[in-house]
Amino acid sequence: MLKDITLGQYFPGTTLIHRLDPRAKMVLLFAFITALLMANHPLTYGFVLLYLTVTVSVSRIKLSSLFRGLRPMLFIIVFTAVLNIFYTPGEPLVTFWVFKITAEGIERAAFMALRLIMLISATFLLTYTTSPLALSDALARLLSPLGKIRVPVHEFAMMMTIAMRFIPTIIEETDKIMNAQKARGADFETGNLFRRAKALIPLLVPLFVSAFRRADELAVAMECRCYHGGKGRTRMNQPHMAARDVWALTTSVALFAGVTVLGRLGWFLP
Amino acid sequence: MLKAENLTYIYGQNTPFETKALDGADFSVSAGEFAGLIGHTGSGKSTLIQHLNGLLKPHSGRILLEGRDIWEKGAKMRGVRFAVGLVFQYPEYQLFEETVGKDIAFGPKAMGLSEAETDERVREAMEFTGLGADLAEKSPFDLSGGQKRRVAIAGVIAMRPKVLVLDEPTAGLDPSGRREILTHIQDYRAQTGAAVVLVTHSMEDIARVADTVTVLSRAKPILRGTLDEVFSRREVLTGIGLDVPAVTRVLLRLRALGLDVDAGAYTLEDAVRAVKAVRAC
Amino acid sequence: MDEIIRFEHVSYSYPTEVAAADKDGAASGSSEDRSVTPAPALNGVSLAVRRGETVALLGHNGSGKSTLVKMLNGMLTPDTGTVTVCGMDTGGDPLKIRQQVGLVFQNPDNQIVATVVDEDVAFALENLGVPPAEIRERVDAALRDVGMSEYKSHAPHRLSGGQKQRVAIAGVLAMNPTVLALDEPTAMLDPKGRVEVMETVRRLNAEKGVTVVMVTHHMNEAALFDRVVVMDKGAVALDGSPREVFRRAEELQALGLTVPQTVALAQALGLDAAPLTEEECADAIYHAYKGEPHC
Repeated sequence: MLKDITLGQYFPGTTLIHRLDPRAKMVLLFAFITALLMANHPLTYGFVLLYLTVTVSVSRIKLSSLFRGLRPMLFIIVFTAVLNIFYTPGEPLVTFWVFKITAEGIERAAFMALRLIMLISATFLLTYTTSPLALSDALARLLSPLGKIRVPVHEFAMMMTIAMRFIPTIIEETDKIMNAQKARGADFETGNLFRRAKALIPLLVPLFVSAFRRADELAVAMECRCYHGGKGRTRMNQPHMAARDVWALTTSVALFAGVTVLGRLGWFLP
Repeated sequence: MLKAENLTYIYGQNTPFETKALDGADFSVSAGEFAGLIGHTGSGKSTLIQHLNGLLKPHSGRILLEGRDIWEKGAKMRGVRFAVGLVFQYPEYQLFEETVGKDIAFGPKAMGLSEAETDERVREAMEFTGLGADLAEKSPFDLSGGQKRRVAIAGVIAMRPKVLVLDEPTAGLDPSGRREILTHIQDYRAQTGAAVVLVTHSMEDIARVADTVTVLSRAKPILRGTLDEVFSRREVLTGIGLDVPAVTRVLLRLRALGLDVDAGAYTLEDAVRAVKAVRAC
Repeated sequence: MDEIIRFEHVSYSYPTEVAAADKDGAASGSSEDRSVTPAPALNGVSLAVRRGETVALLGHNGSGKSTLVKMLNGMLTPDTGTVTVCGMDTGGDPLKIRQQVGLVFQNPDNQIVATVVDEDVAFALENLGVPPAEIRERVDAALRDVGMSEYKSHAPHRLSGGQKQRVAIAGVLAMNPTVLALDEPTAMLDPKGRVEVMETVRRLNAEKGVTVVMVTHHMNEAALFDRVVVMDKGAVALDGSPREVFRRAEELQALGLTVPQTVALAQALGLDAAPLTEEECADAIYHAYKGEPHC
């Protein structure tokens, strides 16, 4: 049933990675991805992979969970790898018909696949160890300087919070309306695409009507609690960067710097 | 008519949230019977009634409709849905059509009835629920809360179910709205001979309309029988935070005070009669 | 006399297009044509509520109860007449008035903003720009007052109806309001949730002296208030103690209302009394009957 869907695949925990400030984690992910994209040598790849491996093992997220997240992306990974195998110029190893496979191609394909896998894994690691609420809050806080140039950051954050708050409610309601219409003989499962789309009307209309009603009531309730936009607002929870956050950020800067420097001085390496 | 045997249902099986919503529950209702179903939130009432029309499949146990297992191979589930009409809590939130008439016609159309037959069903259902014929062309969204509720109930009645199951049909209505809805349901039963299952929190409502009561607690029925049989077991009811109707409590107290009054009265009218009988003898 | 709320000759009509859509306004049983000729939602209401009083507002759907409640904190302002709360005209600074009158609505789901209980309770104080440390203190106090402290880091959608409604009460209580106004807060709850909310409201009144105005359809809840005001067609039809009001069972019936079962029983037996509890009712019947000869 729809109720069983968990949002954003968050695995609650108390490891160092779980406890990091979500803002620090976001910056960390950003630094990691940049380093990953700049890595161009087996040695730098090795550094990045080592960094990710250590992080994953500290977070105690099971590898199987990470791979499960990768599965939907498998097609893209394989597709990219195949393109690289066939379309990288160089010394052909095997040639048949119009295709030729080069040693450079195989190497590049392997690196590309590894890069994508690491990129996706790192992103999943963030969502696995951070609640969706903390994520949206962190995003809003990171973006808050944009408020100075009239980007409606507060409104955006408020929308995110309300969306997070109401997603479970609306999922439950969808379930309920679906059952109610099934009880009147509605059939959501059979027929061609057109019939199925049409069958959704008895579900979607009540859902929209109800969402608007909720929005209306919520707006009144918010106004009754003195809501008047972001002006002059304070927050109860003021996050503080802890020592562990500073340390985590330092390691990421070190990784980033290391990869960049090694990349520039690539000719030093064998 | 409808019989559920030894139903077990578990929510979120194999997850940390696993809960047994039904644990070996029996329930039955015969044609023309008005069965009350009572119990706390979380006692399994909603889960039980969703089994009655096959919306949920039990993990064990079976449901027999007129002697046939509704989950046996080759059984038509939609036929079961039409025979066992289920009205959910706050059913007005399921209305979706442009007009009241079209919305009520949704069920009959799904049954594959002809246009003429559908119209007849709609007219009849509106009559049963006390909706004036002039409302048929109105948008359901322009109606009052109580009227919307009745349109939604009419949408189920239009399928002429042999068993009409209602989950708290009077929740959130004002006193006159509550009375009206119960009266319409009684009329439907009286005129069609259908069985009715009423889920409610109100002992007073049960006392007014039901023939039998089933009390659910912690995923299984703990009491079942006629009003007399169930209400005479007050200690079981209070043990799970329920009680007999208020007027009955007054009569019990009168007995405690030494007045020899019959405490087997559950409605206002019966209680008045019981007290007057003391004087009349 | 310490007056907290004063309505003087207050009349109000919803703008026509709103009138048709307004749930409470259009909800009367068979008045299908009311969107054509919008009757005023409030029609010359005069009413005064004392500090610390608890008032139950009764009336069938569409009698003007909800409109009256929305007038208390300036969400609606009268077309004619004045509403004064704590000495302020409700047409004045909305933030000041809303702090004085906390409003709680019927559907607990649609008034909880945040995804964590304590963050939701903090919402009003954050809006008012209260310093974070003070918010924390007042949020904790409000949660304690409604008995929800242990749920402060829970997700609201996992709570029961009664618990959600107590969180909603804490959300307005954090503003330290003088008046707590509740529009059918128990209508969507099960009996257990209803009791939880009623106990919370009564405790807040007894311990903190909060003035309470509450709309309800449940007569046994109304019986627990100091005063019952019955609305009909946008005006006050009956006003008095529960005993005084419920004694007039026939008038109430004509207004689409009922009386508690205990009152109905006593009156059906021809007793001139309005017993509000079962004990009282049994005693009244017993005393009326024990004098009579038994066979």
